[in-house]
Amino acid sequence: MAFDLNSLWFVLVAVLFIGFFVLEGFDFGVGILLPFLGKTDEERRRIINTIGPVWDGNEVWILTAGGAIFAAFPHWYATLFSGFYLALLLMLAAMIVRGVAFEFRSKDKHPAWRATWDWLIFAGSAVPALLWGVALGNLLKGVPINGQMQFVGGFFDLLNPYTLVAGLASLTAFITHGAIFLHLKSTDVICVRAMKAIKTVGPIATAAVFLFVAATYAWTDAFGQLGVNPGLVPLLAIGAMLAAGAFVHRNLLGWAFTMTSVAIACATITIFMALYPRVMISSLDPNWSLTIYNASSTPYTLKVMSLVALVFVPIVLLYQGWTYWVFRHRITPSTTLEY
Amino acid sequence: MDALTLARWQFAVTTVYHFFFVPLTLGLVWAVAILQTAWVVTGKPTYLRLTKFWGKLFLINFAMGVVTGIVQEFQFGMNWSEYSRFVGDVFGAPLAIEALLAFFLESTFLGVWIFGWDRLPKKVHLATIWLVALGSNLSAIWILIANSFMQQPVGYVLRNGRAEMDSFLALITNPHVFVQFPHVVTGGMATAAFFMLGISAWHLRKQRDPVNVEDFRRSFRFGAVYALVATVAVMLVGHTQAQYMMRVQPMKMAAAEALWETENPAPMSLFTWGNEPERRDVFAVKVPGLLSFLAYNDFTGEVRGIKQLQAEYEQRFGPGEYAPPVKWTYWTFRGMVGAGMVMLLLAAAAVVGVLRERFEQSRWLLAALVPAIALPYIANSTGWIFTEIGRQPWIVFGLQKTADAVSPNVLPSEVLLSLVVFTLLYGALMGACVYLLRKYARAGTVAADPHGSPTLEPYAARV
Repeated sequence: MAFDLNSLWFVLVAVLFIGFFVLEGFDFGVGILLPFLGKTDEERRRIINTIGPVWDGNEVWILTAGGAIFAAFPHWYATLFSGFYLALLLMLAAMIVRGVAFEFRSKDKHPAWRATWDWLIFAGSAVPALLWGVALGNLLKGVPINGQMQFVGGFFDLLNPYTLVAGLASLTAFITHGAIFLHLKSTDVICVRAMKAIKTVGPIATAAVFLFVAATYAWTDAFGQLGVNPGLVPLLAIGAMLAAGAFVHRNLLGWAFTMTSVAIACATITIFMALYPRVMISSLDPNWSLTIYNASSTPYTLKVMSLVALVFVPIVLLYQGWTYWVFRHRITPSTTLEY
Repeated sequence: MDALTLARWQFAVTTVYHFFFVPLTLGLVWAVAILQTAWVVTGKPTYLRLTKFWGKLFLINFAMGVVTGIVQEFQFGMNWSEYSRFVGDVFGAPLAIEALLAFFLESTFLGVWIFGWDRLPKKVHLATIWLVALGSNLSAIWILIANSFMQQPVGYVLRNGRAEMDSFLALITNPHVFVQFPHVVTGGMATAAFFMLGISAWHLRKQRDPVNVEDFRRSFRFGAVYALVATVAVMLVGHTQAQYMMRVQPMKMAAAEALWETENPAPMSLFTWGNEPERRDVFAVKVPGLLSFLAYNDFTGEVRGIKQLQAEYEQRFGPGEYAPPVKWTYWTFRGMVGAGMVMLLLAAAAVVGVLRERFEQSRWLLAALVPAIALPYIANSTGWIFTEIGRQPWIVFGLQKTADAVSPNVLPSEVLLSLVVFTLLYGALMGACVYLLRKYARAGTVAADPHGSPTLEPYAARV
């Protein structure tokens, strides 16, 4: 199979998902940990401020992924979004309250006001952290899609042991990823509690990623001849989780963060490799699966979009990288808190 | 109700709601950028206070615009999957480009702007708000390129049962974009200007704290000029747009005027009570020749009526109903234009007050400007309802009907659920947003002092 523009866009969509999971993954994790690691209002504010400058930019990765799917693979966009209707509704509601909560939470002093937004940040982070794993698991596991590319199942078709394992893996991996981030960006008591969270959730996340890889072997056609055999990539995901644990043990948290990033990336790559060249698998008939060819835009549109992406993706990476440099310092008790 | 009707209601509710926040973002970001530039250049603390004050209101509003925008991007696939399949090859591109070029830019640099006050050199920090302004307005261009395709499809061929892009250049240079984008952007500026004027007027009436009053005098002058320039501009480009629409979407304009029969010279309706099923006036007040004049800058000239256009479209597209709901288009068009007229009068009065240095004494003007904050919101909402309903029965003019665009596999109960969820959620968030805007607007500039806490107490509590 030649590497063509359709394949390039498949890879690009995968890259956008990896970017989203690695970046928004830690701010989901921080959001989930917020009510548990912050005991006082001031502590909670410090926790939110560790992701304050970056969460919104991180979220754009998924908006761009959505846009890229629409532009490059309109049928994928149409089938996925109409098919996963209720799951997406939940996800959207979560993303809406979460975004507003960050901005509104500290703009009023009333304790009930703040507590409400804190729990909305928690729920708004936990729901997508779980559902994104479930959603990606479903792409690979296969869902009822008929010969007209229409999803003919319901919400509960999306929930089965495999996709729930995938959801558990994403949820726990993001919490661990977020806890490590928080440890790197905080001081004092928050730093200490973040370490406790890492040590509690980290092993569960490692087990969940292991389970996810094993389940992918057992319950999907990932290692059949249909997709690209992901080879060592899934093992790398497990290895990176184990390595993260080892680095935490030696107090090398920067390296641990790199390892959880690698693990999240490798788990995502596993799914995309096993899918290729399909984008959504039909559980009814393999011939009804959506592929990067039958779901795609025209070569002309793909060419235009490729030029746009090749110019602007590097620019985005540069300036987003710069913001991480600007806000590389830890949030201490004396930092001015904006959120 | 069927899934189609519910999906249309959901699109209407979520889009109109989204567009409560977008225009203020588009217009206010320039004001904040200009005020901060004034501070960096002159070093006067008043400009810093004003930057912080308007910046805070900008942020509260911005957050709402962002989160409601996410729904917009996903909703095409969720509720309008047949539309997405049919036009995705063309329509998806501007949406993806909007995310890549605009969303990243505005979201990333807004984060830097909010948190970068103490971390960046003054000028670098100033640059970030200008980049946010650039990002938001870029976003408007790309989404309007997408919407313009729905109003006036260009740059495509019909092939393989769908619309396929054959010229990206034609898509982005769609003449419709050049009449629509200026109208939306100047509308956003007018929204921000009246927002600034209204809040400044409120503070000038209260006359609390000399520093605060002086800051709002400055804001008032700024807002008055901004309002007049923006309102004149939005009307001029709106007029150009209407003339253009006469040519490319004559049915929309005929419906806007409840013009049943083709007439030459065509009169302009001031008030029409019509019988829509029978397509005739029941009672109408009209100015002879004015519609011809507005359309062609000439008191003679034929304007095609609904009946003739219906017959033409039946020939072109086959049997069917090609007129949009006339009551909606007629009254929303009047809502938009009417609100614009009142805005023009108020903006002119405010500028006269500023020139004569008398605005602070004019109690009626200050009192009128506070509720006038609502006027641009009325104009924005009715304008969009008009332009989208006026395009019906088409989702893409001449290519696909709205009825054929809806997702076939989504159940009415699911759409009903999402409609209810969005409506309730949006209602609750609107309450929180208005509460915060009111609180911070009333608190004034002194409370928004850079050294004060962002969780300021209401101004009154401080004195």
